[in-house]
Amino acid sequence: MIRFHEVGLSYGDGADGGGETGLVLRNISFAVPSGGFRWLLGPSGAGKTSLLRLLYLAARPSRGEAVILGHPVHAAGRRDLVELRRRIGVVFQDFRLLAHLSVFDNVALPLRLAGRPEGQIRADVAEMLRWVGLAGRMAALPPTLSGGEQQRVAIARAVINRPDLILADEPTGNLDEAQAERLMQLLAELNRLGTSIIVATHQTALLARHPAPALRLDRGRLVGDG
Amino acid sequence: MARDGVRPREVRLRPAGFDELGLKRAFAPRLLPLLVAAMAFLAALTLVGMLAAAGLARHWREGAGASLTVQVPMPDAPAATGAGSRAEAVLTLLRAAPGIAAARRLSGAELDALLRPWLGATPGALGLAVPAVITVQRAAAAPLDEAALTARLAAPAPGTLVEAAAPWLARLAALARSLEALAALALVIVGAIAALVIAIATRAGLAARREALEIVHGLGASDGYIAARFAARALFLAAIGGVSGTLAALPVVVLLTRLAAPFTALAAPGRLSPADAVALPATLWLAVLPPAAAAIGWLTAEITVRRWLRRLP
Repeated sequence: MIRFHEVGLSYGDGADGGGETGLVLRNISFAVPSGGFRWLLGPSGAGKTSLLRLLYLAARPSRGEAVILGHPVHAAGRRDLVELRRRIGVVFQDFRLLAHLSVFDNVALPLRLAGRPEGQIRADVAEMLRWVGLAGRMAALPPTLSGGEQQRVAIARAVINRPDLILADEPTGNLDEAQAERLMQLLAELNRLGTSIIVATHQTALLARHPAPALRLDRGRLVGDG
Repeated sequence: MARDGVRPREVRLRPAGFDELGLKRAFAPRLLPLLVAAMAFLAALTLVGMLAAAGLARHWREGAGASLTVQVPMPDAPAATGAGSRAEAVLTLLRAAPGIAAARRLSGAELDALLRPWLGATPGALGLAVPAVITVQRAAAAPLDEAALTARLAAPAPGTLVEAAAPWLARLAALARSLEALAALALVIVGAIAALVIAIATRAGLAARREALEIVHGLGASDGYIAARFAARALFLAAIGGVSGTLAALPVVVLLTRLAAPFTALAAPGRLSPADAVALPATLWLAVLPPAAAAIGWLTAEITVRRWLRRLP
């Protein structure tokens, strides 16, 4: 489960002693049960990406308490977060693929970091790339792919190790309608299997087709939960 | 599988040198081995200098330090006490004295050879009263009271002089020790500069691969995993530099040791030649340099990367 209590985030040097000035997120409190699904909504600059950074452990809370998958990350040591990161899959808006690695190696990376045997990695990655329709592009380098193809590689990498939590930042932004629908069905299937999912989006059509509770942010504050 | 027409066996397994961080291009592939090679070259010369200084000190200690020279004026005159000439009496006393391993009177030809630079081609023909010169080898471990020995030798042959090398030998030994210490310090400095160069190259590699590092870190790579990738790369590049620099220094080392050989070793029939006697340990010591360069590379990269990674959450 995920539980935030009065969480604040500042990117500054902390010169204000953790005061209100410089905070990009303020007093964020919410909870998502294990296997829960949340949309993350809000206008540009509302703090969606910052909240996602806290959730995928790219930033630590400047104040408050944050419990992610049962771990109190506001008090955890750096080493404690390594294993936790392997249980979180992230689909970035800008893909964040490693340009010098092939599609296959990009998707295989989380499994290799987890120490899976190569034989198993080969089968799992091949199956995942078939599922996202990139079986014929395994050896391709990311810069040679279209935006939609890179998005699908990023999705495959995020879900390849069956994470307990999936975070997605505008995951359908570079996909056509059919691919977007297919991705949502994958996320829904993973959610049914017990994976917690939080998806940041601007696309109201998606919300209409896949109704679920939403976290609404505005100017760094949580203004709606439900 | 058949649906896509792609068979799993066409997918390449992870190669042995899998480079997920892209370090082969980003981590100073040419500059770092070159700089480490220069450091290894300097280290090789410094190391040989240190060995030469140690050899000099040993040579002086075991050679000049272990010998005495005794001059007996009017050597063929009767001894003041006992029978025989003054020279024979002194020789007898020396050979019986504790702490003396051997004593030998120089022949007339040897004395002429010693005097020739000052007195011309035939010093014996000048009719000078030349004293007998006796070379004495001290026993290695036995102490010797030079004042008491002089007094005992003066009894049968008054005016006998005993010349020990100790005073000037002490100064030479201090000089050799200073040279050794300076060479050791220079070696440490060369090692420190090599570490600094590797640290700078590592930081440049970290800056060049920052985005990849953040991605891999975010996917759950531990500090140890990332540091090990950099350290393995640094070890490889530093080892190349270490081997290259040492090989480049080898001809210079051999030449220098051959030049220094007469001052640092004693040639004797059936032994190694002086040059070989010095070059052999020097060459063996040089073999330590490539592993040392590799170890410095590995350790420096490990420390640098782990410290840099602390800035990530």
